[in-house]
Amino acid sequence: MRTMFFTQAIDDALAQSMADDPCIILFGEDIQTIRRNLLVRFGPRRVRGTPISESAFLGAGVAAAMTGLRPVVEMYMVDFLGVCMDALLNHAAKIKTFSGGKWTVPIVVRAPCGGGYGDGGQHEQSLWGWLAHIPGLTVLVPSTPADAGGLMRAALQHDGPVVFLEHKLLSETWLEFLGSGGRRTVQFDVPAEGAKGAVPQKWKPLPIGKAILRRAGDDVIIISVGVGVHRAQEAAQALETEGISAGVLDLRTVSPLDKTAVCEAVAQTGRLLVVDEDYEGFGLSGELSAVVLETGISCRYARVCTQATIPYARHLEAQSLPNQQRICASVRQLME
Amino acid sequence: MPPDLWALYTLMLKSRLFEEAITKLWHDGLISGEMHIGTGEEAIIAGVVAHLREGDAMALDHRGTAALLMRGIDPVLILRELLGYSDGLCGGMGGHMHLFSKEHMTASSGIVGAEGPTAVGFAISAQHLHPGAIAVAFFGDGAMNQGMLMESMNLASAWNLPVLFVCKDDGWAVTTQSEHVTGGDLIERARGLGVQAIEVDGHNVSEVWEACHSAIERARSGQGPTFLHAQCVHFEGHFLGFQLIRVVRDPLRETPKVAFPLTQAFLHPGGATLGERLAGLRLVLESVLATLRDPRRDSANEPVRRTRTILHVDAVRLQEMENQVEEDVNRTLESALVEVPA
Repeated sequence: MRTMFFTQAIDDALAQSMADDPCIILFGEDIQTIRRNLLVRFGPRRVRGTPISESAFLGAGVAAAMTGLRPVVEMYMVDFLGVCMDALLNHAAKIKTFSGGKWTVPIVVRAPCGGGYGDGGQHEQSLWGWLAHIPGLTVLVPSTPADAGGLMRAALQHDGPVVFLEHKLLSETWLEFLGSGGRRTVQFDVPAEGAKGAVPQKWKPLPIGKAILRRAGDDVIIISVGVGVHRAQEAAQALETEGISAGVLDLRTVSPLDKTAVCEAVAQTGRLLVVDEDYEGFGLSGELSAVVLETGISCRYARVCTQATIPYARHLEAQSLPNQQRICASVRQLME
Repeated sequence: MPPDLWALYTLMLKSRLFEEAITKLWHDGLISGEMHIGTGEEAIIAGVVAHLREGDAMALDHRGTAALLMRGIDPVLILRELLGYSDGLCGGMGGHMHLFSKEHMTASSGIVGAEGPTAVGFAISAQHLHPGAIAVAFFGDGAMNQGMLMESMNLASAWNLPVLFVCKDDGWAVTTQSEHVTGGDLIERARGLGVQAIEVDGHNVSEVWEACHSAIERARSGQGPTFLHAQCVHFEGHFLGFQLIRVVRDPLRETPKVAFPLTQAFLHPGGATLGERLAGLRLVLESVLATLRDPRRDSANEPVRRTRTILHVDAVRLQEMENQVEEDVNRTLESALVEVPA
C-alpha cells in the first residue's frame, strides 16, 4: 500500500489515465507551474497553459470534448466559475439532451474549493450545491486521497460533464501556494486523514454516486462531503464521550446523490444532521431533507452550514465554516 | 503644466514604506491568505491618483493598497482591515483583495478583469450624477485577456464614457509569462475598440502624470475613454511568498521540493516522446529563468529611487521630507498595531 497526499493522489490518477488514453488533454491557467510534473511527462501538446480567459478556454473545452478529446479543464478556484458559467450551465449540461442523447460532453472541470486559510469570501466558496442544481452535471467532492484518485479515474471514464472539486484545505499544493506561501508562521486546521492517506497501487475508478459510511452510529447520522466529513468525524468522536453514538456518511458525490444510502442511514437512526460547507439556503442540506421526506421517512433534522459570505478575519471565518463545536451543539439539540 | 514631483514622491515613498511594513506583518503570520503587494508600480498609481478629485471613482484589482492609500483613505483603517480587525476599513470582513470605501467611491475585486465593468458603471453614474467626474480602472496585463474587460472597453468607447483604463503591465499573469498567452499588441487592441491608447514608461512618474493629465481632462470634458499602458516590475512577484521568487531567493530550500518530483515525472515510463518531454521541461525552466533575469534587478525599474535621484538636487529638503514620511508611516503602524480588538 502506498500513501499519498491529496493532490498528489489526484495527479497520480490523472497521470495513469493520461498514459492509458491519449485523448485526455489538460489545460488551464498557470498549468506549467501547477501541473509541471504532468507537463514534463506528457509534453506541451497535451498539457497547456492558458491566458486568464475562462469563458474562452472552458467553452473551448466543452466543444473539444464534443469532438473526440477528453479535456481536463482546470479553474484556479471554483469561485471563478462565475466568470464563465455559461459554458457549463447552457452548454456542457444541455448538449446531450439537445442532441436527442446522441452527443455527449466528456469534460472534467477540476477546481479547488473551500475555505479555512483566510482568503476571504470571493476565494473560499464551496458552490457544489449551486453546480449540482443544474441537471446534466456530475459533481464530485472527495474527502480522502484514495477517494480523490479513484473519483478522478472515474471522472475520466464518464461520458458526461464532471465537476471535480478539490478542497484547498486538503490539498498540500494549493494550501502552500495560496495559504502559507512558504511561511511557518501561519497555522491551518487541516484534517490529517484527508490530507494524506493510503492509496491503491494502481488506480481503479470508484463508482460515481456512491456514498460511504465513515463511522457507524445508532443515535444520529451526520451526512457531509469534503472537509465537512472530517469535522463530522471529529465531532462524533467527541460526542462518544457524552454517550451519543453518531454515524458519519460521506456522500463523495453531490450529484447524482446516493439517495439509497442517505435514506437507509436516516431510517436507522431517526435523526439527520447535515454538515455542509456550502451555503445553507437552497442547497445540499435542503435537498437531503427533501429526499428523506419524499421517501416517507420521519426524522429529526438539523443542519450546520455556511450561512453568509465568508468573512476574511480568521476567527470569524472559523465560526462561519462548519466546525466541531457547532456540529456537537446541533447533535445535542437533536438528542433532546 | 509640470507635475509637482515632491508631492508625487511623497505619495510613492509613503506607499512603499507602508507596503514594506505590510510585507513584514504577512511574514510574521499576522495577515492571512494571498497578499498582493504593489511595490514597483508606485509611479503608475501616483501618476494617476494625484489627478483625482471628489466625485471620481476607482475600480481596483486584488493589488489595491497603494491606490487606496494615495487616494487619502486612512492607512490605519487599511492596515487594521488587513489584520482582520473589526474596526478595519471593512470591519475585517473584506480583507486585502476586497477593500471598499463608499466615501471615496472605491471598490476592489479579486476577480481578474472585473475592474472593467465596475469602472464603466461608475462612469455611467458620473455622467448622470457628477458631470465632469471620471472613473479609473486599475488592472494588470493578465486581465487584458479577460472577456469582460475587453467588453467594457468597447462599451466605454461606444457610450463615450469618462473612463481611464490603466494597465499595469509587469509581463506576468500570475506565473505565466504574458507573451506566451497574448495575441497581438495591447495598444492596438484598445485602438481597435475605438479607445484612445497611450504608452508610457510606468517607472517614470512624471511621464505617467503628464499622460494622465491630458487623458483625464479629455474624459472630464466628455471626449471619452483612454487606455493607458504602463510597464512596471513587481518586486515581490504576483503575491508575497510567490513560488518562483522563493526558488530564486532561496534555491537551497526551495529547489529540491520542486526538482525531485519533476525529475521523477520526466523519467516516468509511459507518456510523451523525449522531444515533447524536453519541450515541457523547457517551459517549466523558462519561467524560473525569466524570474532570475527579471528586470526587478535593474535600478532603472525602481520608480521610487528614480524619482529620488531627480529630487536629490535639494538634499536638505529631501531628507526632511523623507524623515516626515517615515515618521508618518511609523505612527500609522503604531496606531494600527497598538490594540487588538476583543
